[in-house]
Amino acid sequence: MSQIATASTANYYASNRLPSYAVGLLLVIAFVLSWGGFSFLRPEGAEDGVNLPLVGVVTALVFGVLQYVTSLIVEGSRRAIDRTVTLLVTLAFVLAMIPLLSLLYTVVSLGAERFDYDFFNYSMRNVVGEGGGAAHAMAGTFIMTALATLISVPVGLLTSIYLVEYSAGNRLARSITFFVDVMTGIPSIVAGLFAYSLFSLILGPGTRVGIAGAAALSVLMIPIVVRSSEEMLRLVPNELREASYALGVPKWLTIVKVVLPTALAGITTGVMLAIARVMGETAPLLIAAGFSNNFNFNPFSDRMQSLPNFVYYSYVAQGSVPEAYLDRAWAGALTLILIVMALNLGARLVTNIFAPKYGR
Amino acid sequence: MAKPASSPSSTPKVTQRAADRIFAGSARGAGITILVTLAAVTIFLLAEGAPALTADPEDIAILDGQPFLAYVTPLVFGTLWAAALALLMAFPVAVGIALFISHYAPRKIAVPLGYVLDLLAAVPSVVYGLWGGTILAPGMRPLYGWLEENLGFIPLFAGPASGTGRTIFTAALVLAVMVLPIITAVSREVFLQTPKLYEEAALALGATRFEMIRMVVLPGGRAGVISASMLGLGRALGETLAVAMVLSATGVITVNLISSVNPSTIAANVALSFPEASGLNVNALIASGLILFAITLIVNSIARWIINRRKDFSGAN
Amino acid sequence: MSKRIEIKDLNVYYGNFLAVEGVSMVMEPRTVTAFIGPSGCGKSTLIRTLNRMHEVIPGARVDGEVLVDGNDLYGAGVDPVKVRREVGMVFQRPNPFPTMSIRENVLAGVKLNNTRMSKSDADDLVEKSLKGANLWKEVKDRLDKPGSGISGGQQQRLCIARAIAVQPEVILMDEPCSALDPISTLAIEDLIEELKEKYTIVIVTHNMQQASRVSDKTAFFNIAGTGMPGKLIEYNDTATIFSNPSVQATEDYVSGKFG
Repeated sequence: MSQIATASTANYYASNRLPSYAVGLLLVIAFVLSWGGFSFLRPEGAEDGVNLPLVGVVTALVFGVLQYVTSLIVEGSRRAIDRTVTLLVTLAFVLAMIPLLSLLYTVVSLGAERFDYDFFNYSMRNVVGEGGGAAHAMAGTFIMTALATLISVPVGLLTSIYLVEYSAGNRLARSITFFVDVMTGIPSIVAGLFAYSLFSLILGPGTRVGIAGAAALSVLMIPIVVRSSEEMLRLVPNELREASYALGVPKWLTIVKVVLPTALAGITTGVMLAIARVMGETAPLLIAAGFSNNFNFNPFSDRMQSLPNFVYYSYVAQGSVPEAYLDRAWAGALTLILIVMALNLGARLVTNIFAPKYGR
Repeated sequence: MAKPASSPSSTPKVTQRAADRIFAGSARGAGITILVTLAAVTIFLLAEGAPALTADPEDIAILDGQPFLAYVTPLVFGTLWAAALALLMAFPVAVGIALFISHYAPRKIAVPLGYVLDLLAAVPSVVYGLWGGTILAPGMRPLYGWLEENLGFIPLFAGPASGTGRTIFTAALVLAVMVLPIITAVSREVFLQTPKLYEEAALALGATRFEMIRMVVLPGGRAGVISASMLGLGRALGETLAVAMVLSATGVITVNLISSVNPSTIAANVALSFPEASGLNVNALIASGLILFAITLIVNSIARWIINRRKDFSGAN
Repeated sequence: MSKRIEIKDLNVYYGNFLAVEGVSMVMEPRTVTAFIGPSGCGKSTLIRTLNRMHEVIPGARVDGEVLVDGNDLYGAGVDPVKVRREVGMVFQRPNPFPTMSIRENVLAGVKLNNTRMSKSDADDLVEKSLKGANLWKEVKDRLDKPGSGISGGQQQRLCIARAIAVQPEVILMDEPCSALDPISTLAIEDLIEELKEKYTIVIVTHNMQQASRVSDKTAFFNIAGTGMPGKLIEYNDTATIFSNPSVQATEDYVSGKFG
């Protein structure tokens, strides 16, 4: 009815908007301009061909300006700013993807070179130049990480049990929480220096030994396990505990048979993530466990190589045939990434499949 | 469980109390172990580091004749400088990504995007170092050359441009990439937790998406983002491998970003010098490690203080 | 100020789910219209379509027209941001921005469009809006204190002040008193009496006594069953709806037989 009266005037609530194809159009224009600019206005001494990353950067800049100006004219400054922020935020994400993709691509393509049987079965004993492998390093990583886990998980889990089930926020608990926080901030190399000092005292100065490496890793792992286990234990509803007590089950048995199984998935995830984190640690092992070319299965005597260390040394001390050392370094890097990713994915799977869904 | 009063054996009850006590005791003991460990770390480091401070600099080969303070100051500078540069570069990008995931990306891809970013966090530092030294550094070389030519009058870009690209700026860039996922993850959580109530209030007043973010999301998330950055800063300060593998260090204090004369960081210096060190040199390195520990302690305390101040406002508990 | 709202054959969808079906009604300027009905009947959904706030939920859309003084809110080229400027909203839970002071809260909406306002103009506007919300006397000495530091009833009045500061034509209120105590509720109801001299007001309420107290006309909505769309059952003068409704369902609801 009142439509007739307003048919001749524009809708009061309508405002000028850029048509939906405008963004795509401006993007294309920006790209053409920057590509053209680089092709024709070649700076002096530049190589032939167009520098693609640079074209990308300039395209983004030109597009941003074009979009802002056109939006400003057609839609007004508020919308122009809104569009520009959207662009910036998207660019931020793209920016973060670049190193990630570059890294992954490099590791996979260069690591494939030596990702072979020899790599996984031989050590560097008597190897100068080509050949050899990282089997000794992988064994070392496995042994030291396993030892560290053996130390950290009981200590960490029991501590979190103490904090959640027994302490009721007393002074001891508060200091423990505080110091666990402090421990999370210890630089990994400091942990290595500590382990080295400790074992120098016990076994004599200059000792580099596998167990020292495990000790350093434990210092890093314990706070992670405590934090994540504590969180998981707190998630277990109190009603479960109370139901158990009401049945006459003693406290320790309640914890072992009711609380822990409920929190188990979450705790396992936390432990897996902690393992993934310390597996990639180089600095503390460099200090405490040293460098070796040979297999060593005894953590209590002699230096023990680890995989991250292997990568480090292959890169830093390239011998007579640098190519061979670099190839091994990349293969080691690829192996490391695969293991760490597998652990991360595994941890996520454990959570998604096994964790009880708490109703909110 | 009720036993007749005349039953001779009341031992089960006692045993259970013993089991309870043992269990509780071990839990408590584990907690105390942590305190003991931390105390041990501090004591050992102090004990091993002290000789370097009291001995005559002439006796410590690694000091090259200078007093300990003169040796360690450029390292402290390098550590702070690299970390500050890294944070400067990582912070805006991290906040942008966090906003992108929490408020801009379509819901269906937001979650996988978060996973992808967590991938960045999972990469071990030695791999970052490898990538930084062999791929990034050579890639930055042309940029450094251009900077020297065109902006060489600024002390930051005074040059001469490094031939290998292995400068403190490259190292800071690698650190920035490593620290990015930490800041992003926490900021993302903080932004996602903005109460819808306030977001709707802003939208109902006729705000655009960015205006809503500016009015509600960013002010509300400020404390969380700051503490996330401090945690990232702590990580950057302690990072060893990425710097050791990327930097070509000379141990001089300079703000020149693009030359081959660069200050080293404490952690990288320890990593590089330790394998060959012996005697008092070891003590000197441990002393420098102690200083690093102190610095990260201060930074992390500030971060935690900020979080705890905010906790009173959140509904946590 | 104050415009006439006409809803024509409106269907509201969430994705493929039809939440509200076939609503047609007219709300005259400077009146208070109440939406009543049992939980889930779609009255909140419907009121949100009047300022396009339902679009905040992804997948929400409408079919039909909402005409404010003849202009279709869902016409071609309409900017939701502009709609929301003209049609203000007050929510169920008071939501003054916690990081802003009382003064900043009142000016929040205004500042979006006039970034440069002289201090004296701003002060005048703050005073005028707070007076319009019956809050001035209580907070005039603490304009710089945080917006969340006042009582619930005062916060809701602050939200009303914030809404009227941008000089809307229509004010929508989605159960504005359900989170408040009875005394604050009364204060807000008195305020609505005053506000209706300037604005067209639409209020969703669970409280039938409230509807009968404050509104000129009442619309009763109902839902046939879960999963079915909500519908407008009866729309008439408030006095008629409550004393002499034409539809049995309306009679049942207002006499408390269900809902």
